Amino acid sequence: MKKNIKFVQGNEACVEAALYAGLDFFAGYPITPSTEIAEHLAYRLPRVGGKFIQMEDEIASMCAIIGASLTGNKVMTATSGPGFSLMQEALGYAIMTEIPCVIVNVQRGGPSTGLPTHMSQGDVNQVRWGTHGDHAIIALSASNHQDVFAMTVDAFNLAETYRTPVVLLFDEVIGHMRERLFMPEKGEIPLVKRLRTSVKEGVDYHPYLPREDGRLPMSDFGGVHRYNVTGLFHDMWGFPSDNQKVVHELLRHLVDKINNNVDQITKFKEFYLESAETILISYGSSARSSLHVVENLRSRGEQIGLLELQTLWPFPSHIIKEKCAKAKYVIVVEMNMGQIHQSVRGAVDRPERVFLANRIDGVFITPMDIRNVMRLIQGKGV
Amino acid sequence: MLNSLLRAIEKLGLSKNEIVMVSGIGCSSRISGYVDFHTLHTIHGRALAFATGVKLSRPELNLIVPMGDGDALAIGGNHFIHAARRNIDITAIVMNNRIYGMTGGQYSPLSGYGTLATTAPYTNIDQDFDVVELSIASGASFVARTTTYHVQQMADIIRKAILHKGFSVVEILSQCPTYFGRKNKAGNAVDMLESYKTNTTSIGSKAKKENPELIERGIFAQKEIPEYCNEYNKIIKKAMKGHS
Ligand SMILES: Cc1ncc(C[n+]2csc(CCOP(=O)(O)OP(=O)(O)O)c2C)c(N)n1
Repeated sequence: MKKNIKFVQGNEACVEAALYAGLDFFAGYPITPSTEIAEHLAYRLPRVGGKFIQMEDEIASMCAIIGASLTGNKVMTATSGPGFSLMQEALGYAIMTEIPCVIVNVQRGGPSTGLPTHMSQGDVNQVRWGTHGDHAIIALSASNHQDVFAMTVDAFNLAETYRTPVVLLFDEVIGHMRERLFMPEKGEIPLVKRLRTSVKEGVDYHPYLPREDGRLPMSDFGGVHRYNVTGLFHDMWGFPSDNQKVVHELLRHLVDKINNNVDQITKFKEFYLESAETILISYGSSARSSLHVVENLRSRGEQIGLLELQTLWPFPSHIIKEKCAKAKYVIVVEMNMGQIHQSVRGAVDRPERVFLANRIDGVFITPMDIRNVMRLIQGKGV
Repeated sequence: MLNSLLRAIEKLGLSKNEIVMVSGIGCSSRISGYVDFHTLHTIHGRALAFATGVKLSRPELNLIVPMGDGDALAIGGNHFIHAARRNIDITAIVMNNRIYGMTGGQYSPLSGYGTLATTAPYTNIDQDFDVVELSIASGASFVARTTTYHVQQMADIIRKAILHKGFSVVEILSQCPTYFGRKNKAGNAVDMLESYKTNTTSIGSKAKKENPELIERGIFAQKEIPEYCNEYNKIIKKAMKGHS
């Protein structure tokens, strides 16, 4: 048992999980606070026969992983805000062409170069709407290294299941903090393999014809089926089309395959939610301070609980609505100007009861910060 | 260009399943929709970055990347020089029509000083660069230039470029009568083709010595230097040895 315990940074936990999930190919460009992911993979990947390449920028990194995924590999890139901004066009391409890939964004303060080595959760809405056009996206977060591991493996599984890019939205505190990690045994966490077509050589293969369950079996580039992949709207053969029906159906498919599966995709954690009058909602490292507050106040008899979101997109509105139905106060704890707060307000029946406890100065939000906001809300003064 | 390419591939005896064509966005990039290979039609300027991912993950595949001059050298200029520098085994074909065709005739980095374009109504003050010199300086190990008039030479050069183990650049001077031709009074497609005959000459020819204005055609560089995917395979061996 003991050999399976590691004391690592969050970024390393992410690397361990990616390798556990079967990562074959990584392309990236260094940027704080994500760089350790690239550094560790440069060392680790070739040891298992995988490939690592440092590209000339993040645009190229995103493009390269898409190319490598098409040939049948599990792929990943890692970056932070400025690099994630650069990836947006290619991210949209992966959405449109339905190519599985995992993008890690270890957030730092923004906009622009912002606060390279400080704490922020300011990219939540960029992940949702950063690339142009209507689309759906999956984004996951984690508040401790065990969850970084679990969510990273999940990201690979979801990418394959839904043939879509999945964003792992971590933050500087999680990325750099050292913590214990129990390494799961092989086989302990189920892995989703790429769904490949059973269509034989010489028989027509339709790369973009969804099965009844909405999934699209793939054929590796370089394999026996030759087909076209394009970022233009395309028909079931992969050829460009501006036929109204084709366009409508493809866009619906891209959005529905994710949004209609919110329940299957969504992961969250709840702490003391039964009978909670005050509910904190948080994610990532700020959920740690939130949990601290909740456990502290519970021990003094206060009816308080925490809902920790692990899936940020698609937004689990109905879960939030249900969990918060009886709460007197809902307080969203995050390190931005209310990006998830806004979505929570849209999800609950009584948005006037949803408050924000945040910090936007690059400093990790403390339990004391949260308590101060609670006192204000509850009219007790600071 | 398409004919010469297909002829070159036929001569090489490659199976269609071994060929991946990756293109960006532009008139020249649409060619990927007309061929029966694995075809990846990507985003403007980034074809070489996608191709790098395909190639490094499956080095046994042959990668052919047709690009317009804007695609390859304006928006994609950075990817171009870095793919060349890595010497990854990809055949880059730059169809240089000295204009942005797709978007209707704006100047490209290869239009050159004194030309006219929809975004240079008073004449272009941007200097162009020489694709061949840029490619050699960036580290491409095979560099050639030909024109759409010289179809025989084109097929021959493309064949050699595909055979070459490393990053190959083939610049093809191509006509865009609709935009470049009309704006710059270069005439119709036939006139422009004719001009490639009269304005170009073989590398180091006597004609070039007599008239330095002539543009040279032929193979400018063909070097054996370590290829990226081969080198990475050595890295894997090294890493695995330390692992046991
Ligand atoms: C990011 C982005 N910017 C701009 C465009 C618009 N655009 C499409 S093709 C093109 C230039 C085409 O010129 P070139 O690459 O020389 O190819 P040609 O059409 O002349 O063959 C431009 C600017 C785009 N598709 N994407």
